[in-house]
Amino acid sequence: MTVQNPQISGGFSPAGESEFKPAMAQRYRWDRIFQVAALAAIVIALLILTILLIDVLSDGLPRLNWQFLTSFPSRRPEEAGLLSALVGSIYLLFIVAIFSFPIGIGAGIFLEEFVSDGWLENIIEINISNLAGVPSIIYGLLGLAAFVRLMEPITGGRSLLAGGLTLSLLVLPVIIVSTREALRAVPDSLRLAGFALGATRWQVVRDQILPQAFPGILTGTILALSRAIGETAALITIGALTFISFLPQSWRDPFTALPIQIYNWVSRPQKPFHINSAAGIIVLMVLLLLMNSVAIYLRNKFQRKY
Amino acid sequence: MNSGLPSEQPSGLWQPNRQLSKRTEGIVKFIFGAFALVSVVTTFGIVLTLIFETFEFFQEVPLWRFLTDRQWTPLFSDAQYGIWVLISATLLTTGIAILVALPLGLLAAVYLSEYANPKVRKWLKPALEVLAGVPSVVFGYFALLTVTPFLRSFIPGLQGFNALSAGLILGVSIIPLVASLSEDALYSVPDSLRQGSYAVGATKRETITSVVIPAALSGIVASFILAVSRAIGETMIVTLAAGQNPTLGFNPLVPVMTMTAFIVQVSLGDTPAGSLAYKSIFAVGMTLFLMTLVLNILSFWVVRRFREKYE
Repeated sequence: MTVQNPQISGGFSPAGESEFKPAMAQRYRWDRIFQVAALAAIVIALLILTILLIDVLSDGLPRLNWQFLTSFPSRRPEEAGLLSALVGSIYLLFIVAIFSFPIGIGAGIFLEEFVSDGWLENIIEINISNLAGVPSIIYGLLGLAAFVRLMEPITGGRSLLAGGLTLSLLVLPVIIVSTREALRAVPDSLRLAGFALGATRWQVVRDQILPQAFPGILTGTILALSRAIGETAALITIGALTFISFLPQSWRDPFTALPIQIYNWVSRPQKPFHINSAAGIIVLMVLLLLMNSVAIYLRNKFQRKY
Repeated sequence: MNSGLPSEQPSGLWQPNRQLSKRTEGIVKFIFGAFALVSVVTTFGIVLTLIFETFEFFQEVPLWRFLTDRQWTPLFSDAQYGIWVLISATLLTTGIAILVALPLGLLAAVYLSEYANPKVRKWLKPALEVLAGVPSVVFGYFALLTVTPFLRSFIPGLQGFNALSAGLILGVSIIPLVASLSEDALYSVPDSLRQGSYAVGATKRETITSVVIPAALSGIVASFILAVSRAIGETMIVTLAAGQNPTLGFNPLVPVMTMTAFIVQVSLGDTPAGSLAYKSIFAVGMTLFLMTLVLNILSFWVVRRFREKYE
């Protein structure tokens, strides 16, 4: 998209009658200022990101040790750890994966492969783009009313299951959209070839389309999971606890999660707790980094295969 | 699509089980269709939940008091529910965020789309995505524990919790959203428009500001509106850094309480279902939902209504 800047070195009116003043020197000076400002905008954004990361690392890294990873929360900051939060977050990830992957990918396949352009697809499409814009705390309110209160006999109230279901709904639009994009990228000739051989729609999707679209779908779902693991507001709203000194034994047990624990430590006035929160942030960010690396690795690996 | 094979002639060779295939097809279609309906059910769930609890809330607190009270004191014995207190705080933090995110996001988009060569782009875009992927609680930590102390060193009267640093970092957190959506819009402006502009003697900056940006305006405006919607619904940054103090007004130096911060405050306490405080978070949630919904629809409409087509 870079179009060469044409070098115009003067006006076009040699007669001298015209009032047109090209003032090229001045205009090119403004051009340079504009370009520097545009670059500066990106640099500022990335600089703040860098300062944030350095800030967190320098505060939290000295606190990060085995004791921190294997201890329960405590009133004494130097004895506190994030074992229950870490385990809670990992359980949550599994629950979200169990519910949101099949539903999200299935819905994406249905919308892309099984319905032709029509009112049904239109309604669901508008609906999904609206859902993607709903603030996460609203999902928290839905989770509170539906999963914590209404379905209490099943979920056991403010439990891992209720939290996982809430987060599943939250990331569903992301998974559906990325599944559809991945399916759309598979050329139609493949489908036609499958139909020509007498395969049903589902056989074509299962044997031809899905393997092709798999890397794209996988990337989208892992990105959705990384959104779920950093989500705080929705979990606070459904009532995830901030002080849990045991590990959940079943998915109907109360729980805490990494961002909740971090929030709790940040919101305390004592400095040592702030250091704990910085260390917690490092753990969270490392987890996010790992997930994204896995996504990129798997995508590259599968892309070579097909 | 699959009925054309001449299966009437049994040849003694391989016979596909068409009956089974058809049944599987039907079952799969049914299940996946049900999955697709989950998203519709979610929408209905959100709307019905909010309407139901909000209705209950307005049985106890009249709507006109919700809209006209000038204080927000739900935990006092003489409780007042003036939603404008929370809305003013939300508008304040959102306003500051937009002042940061619009110019920086748009300029960043201009750089990515118009100036950066492909190699630089390949590095800058993922870097912005990293910024977009930082969890909001981390931004909250940064706003409260780093930005606020820094700002206090030269802004006298800035309190430990304030709308200013919350708004600033909120703005930084939505820069990637503005930048990537605006860049898509700028990038899709055809080159012929730029070349035409150069042909009549405009410089690159003049081409960008008077041709490319106007041509992409619908997409840019849509990205701004979505950014506002995101800022209004953002929770953790404002809860941590802007405080929990419901005051009416637009002073960025003092603690305020946004709509989202109120929901968090009530959720952290153990509020029994059915109590007025429990219902009040749904009433606030309803207000928040309506505001973001209107903005989302507006941005959708702007794109549809004002998109310039170049083909």
